[in-house]
Amino acid sequence: MGGLPAGKVRRSEHAYDDWELRVDAMMMLLVGVVGDAKRMTVDELRKNVEALTPEDYDKIGYYDRWVISLTQTMIQRGVITTDELAKKLVAVQKRGQTSISRPKRARSR
Amino acid sequence: MKQAGRYEPYSYFQLMEVSLRELLVEKGVVTDDAIAGAMAAMRARGPERGAAMVAHAWLDPAYKARMLADGSRAAEELGFEVPGLRLIVVENTSQAHNVIVCTLCSCYPRMLLGLPPEWYKSRPYRSRVVREPRKVLAEFGTKISPKLKIRVHDSNADMRYMVLPLRPEGTEGWSEARLATLVTRDCLIGVAVPTLPKISKTRKSK
Repeated sequence: MGGLPAGKVRRSEHAYDDWELRVDAMMMLLVGVVGDAKRMTVDELRKNVEALTPEDYDKIGYYDRWVISLTQTMIQRGVITTDELAKKLVAVQKRGQTSISRPKRARSR
Repeated sequence: MKQAGRYEPYSYFQLMEVSLRELLVEKGVVTDDAIAGAMAAMRARGPERGAAMVAHAWLDPAYKARMLADGSRAAEELGFEVPGLRLIVVENTSQAHNVIVCTLCSCYPRMLLGLPPEWYKSRPYRSRVVREPRKVLAEFGTKISPKLKIRVHDSNADMRYMVLPLRPEGTEGWSEARLATLVTRDCLIGVAVPTLPKISKTRKSK
């Protein structure tokens, strides 16, 4: 997107939610910047972010893109399987409510 | 962790975060403790680190030379770890002003400045600052003299940039700690330059 026309820079800050910081922490651990859990590279994170359609890229938030990319990379790397993920998503959803409150800020783009 | 006491359903992406994390923990790839530790460490990082390096460089020409030669090592000298990537410090001079961006994604000297502001990750900043930096800087209230060149540095996964701003005039004799207070995050990105706090003419600054 470097060099493409775009609108004014809105000088917004990012108030980080806990779940976003957990995604950030998972990235730091999985790329091995900290700890010894290295399972992927930063380039894979970016590759799978860029695999989103341009429409989706702009529609969803920053850490939304990251969590999709991390999950996709773990599947590609064979760390988790789609089957395990599908079962887990259902189980977590069944567990239901969470006390993680939604942010009041506008969603990041 | 303090809870707000409001109970709302997971968003789709939160659901994915919980699911991915639980799977990784069950498989022994990461632990909850390691995640909590990485979160706490990230929260502890902020622009004060970069500011400390700049103030130190302003007072110690030998350190400044080392910093421009090898930013990562200069950070480590002050006790700031910059693992896994090359930190390049770019110096503002009377001829050139520097500004950093990551057009590809959001690469940022996060080990020294903490997590980036949202605008740094936004499409308008990433698209435009490489094409019309003067205009973008003006939107931040930063007017750069037309006599100065503007260099835009595009970060990537392996190397990160940080700006070494010019020390403002009128700070002769200032302590390192006091100098560091002038160096904001935006100065280290290059969308601002350090300025002295405005003081009334009748009152002398301490």
